Amino acid sequence: MGERCAVIGVGQTRYTTKRLDVSIAGLVREAAQRALDDAGLTFADIDAVVVGKAPDLFEGVMMPEAYLADALGGAGKPVMRVHTAGSVGGSTALVGASLIQGGVHDRVLVVAFEKQSESNATWALSTHLPFGASLVVGAGGYFAPHIREYMRRSGAPDHIGALVAVKDRRNALKNPYAHLRIPGIDRAMVESTPMLWEPIRYLETCPSSDGACAIVLASEKAVTGTPAWIHGAAMRSEPLARAGRETVSPQAGKDCAADVYRQAGISDPRRDIDVAEVYVPFSWYEPMWLENLGFAPENEGWKLTEAGSTALDGDIPWNPSGGVLSSNPIGASGLIRFAEAALQVRGMAGEHQVEGAATALGHAYGGGAQFFAMWIVSNRKP
Amino acid sequence: MPSDPPSHPPSHPLEARHVLEFPGGYTRSTGPVIGRFLTELRDRRIVGVRTAGARVLVPPLEYDPDTGEAVTGEYVEVGPAGTVQAWAWVSAPRPAHPLDRPFAWATIRLDGADTALVHAVDAGGPKAMRPGMRVRPRWRDRTSGTITDIECFVPEVTMITAPIRTEYRVRPGAALTRFLERIGDGVLLGGRCAGCDQVYVPYRTSCPACGALIEEEREVADTGTVTTFAINNLPDPRAPEVPFVSAYILLDGADIPMIALVGGIPAHEVRQGMRVRAVWVPPEERTMSMADIRWFAPTGEPDADLSAGTPGGGA
Ligand SMILES: [Zn+2]
Repeated sequence: MGERCAVIGVGQTRYTTKRLDVSIAGLVREAAQRALDDAGLTFADIDAVVVGKAPDLFEGVMMPEAYLADALGGAGKPVMRVHTAGSVGGSTALVGASLIQGGVHDRVLVVAFEKQSESNATWALSTHLPFGASLVVGAGGYFAPHIREYMRRSGAPDHIGALVAVKDRRNALKNPYAHLRIPGIDRAMVESTPMLWEPIRYLETCPSSDGACAIVLASEKAVTGTPAWIHGAAMRSEPLARAGRETVSPQAGKDCAADVYRQAGISDPRRDIDVAEVYVPFSWYEPMWLENLGFAPENEGWKLTEAGSTALDGDIPWNPSGGVLSSNPIGASGLIRFAEAALQVRGMAGEHQVEGAATALGHAYGGGAQFFAMWIVSNRKP
Repeated sequence: MPSDPPSHPPSHPLEARHVLEFPGGYTRSTGPVIGRFLTELRDRRIVGVRTAGARVLVPPLEYDPDTGEAVTGEYVEVGPAGTVQAWAWVSAPRPAHPLDRPFAWATIRLDGADTALVHAVDAGGPKAMRPGMRVRPRWRDRTSGTITDIECFVPEVTMITAPIRTEYRVRPGAALTRFLERIGDGVLLGGRCAGCDQVYVPYRTSCPACGALIEEEREVADTGTVTTFAINNLPDPRAPEVPFVSAYILLDGADIPMIALVGGIPAHEVRQGMRVRAVWVPPEERTMSMADIRWFAPTGEPDADLSAGTPGGGA
């Protein structure tokens, strides 16, 4: 894996439906400045900047990294942009880390954002070319059939999705940056909301958020403050339209997990990992990813959810921050997972801190579940 | 003004119009403080006056209204921006109102002032109004030293729209052209990768699994099996009327499902494993696009057994 690399600063904006008080540059600067403050550094201490966000069509700003280069202190420095659809936040962290692991730089600023309020993501994801049949469905419409197939195969009871929706939103009440705050949320409330893309209910889906997340990465000799050490880092992708492609539990996700576990020396993720921040934009993806990531045998992920194992006080807490179900500035959502994993092992997660967390998984997926990015961070030096 | 002569036909025999208006209008000597305020206003500046207690009164007065003591004589330029404190919406403006369209009367505390002045806010609609909103004056082209030299206040700029439009001329490539030609004939054309022995539909010329050239055309049936589906309940002007079913349909003879609309059956009766057949629009109405298939409708055959493992099952 090359040189040692650690997260030494994390900055987030308070996620919300509309950040009307800031420009896009102001939004990313807010997160970047907080990450630098956390690391005790300034823009002058940074060697390179890596920017991530989802499709340009979301804000209608073409090549936003060019516009944002100087806003992020990038003048005279290498600046690059990463784009792997919804997994982009995770991929951006990994590209930043690779610049340090490869010995190129000592301090890299990684920033990801989305300002969804500038347009409408469902519109931007459903721009149909001529000659096709128009079935505008957005992300929910895309993933709903795969959730239905998971439910059929696993025989999971219908209420599992609602349990995840409640758990993650209760966790969000402990996270000052979380977007959705629904005090008193319970299974009955979730089950009373309408089916948007059956079998996905309104409260089983993620919100549209404005927000940015930033991290500062450092080489071993450049570490300041409290480091979260990277023990494994992996990306995988696979073609969307391949005959026989497994869409409920994609092979690329399994391969990515196997790679990152091998690097980090993890043989049993449920036992060896203390807390996981996993990209769950629709509640049913918790049991689906529990299986894909090896926390549960095939078709049995829902049993962990039902038993409360993934709750904040369970044996393997998933998404103590409230997850994507509670905050979703799409381009940043993956980086938030990676950053929250780092906060946990740094012991800096505040009210949603998992007691004694030493090893954490950050996970992101994107596109039609065809891009995967993961890292394992720990408070121990590798 | 004199009363109307009785010869003017009244609407009631004992009703007459009566106007009191001093010819030329009353005068008002402004005194030094209001005079300074209006003089500055004519020059498009807004000033207040400082009290002995160091507060800035806008509009200025000759005295501190709290204590009755004389003000200091120190004038302070304020604004021109300010903050709305409270407001009332006027939905039907009267002739003497400052604007001929609906507007708000608002108390506005200008930056640097300790008191608020009353003025009109041209905000478009009541939903745009809120306490705390930031406003700036819109000056009349000609000023004369009256409070109406400011026509009204308008919201600060907080949002712009960026009309962005790209227009393409889209011409399908060779593979899609071939597929659409056959769609016009009522045939679903696929292609078989010789290396993988997999049939892809729509027809394509490269294999996404192995990258090899696909040279063999293969017609597939217009019947197939619904492997899984969503019931869409969110209306969209570009999509079919809700609720509509978007389904993964594995056509007989194909190894990869395609997404298509299911119709001819209530949404909640669609099942995984359901057998369906394409419903084609009449040949004379075809446009060589996927719209030539209206939707897929049930064939009435028994459902396929998905647990046996349909190729490409679950899409
Ligand atoms: Zn092939």
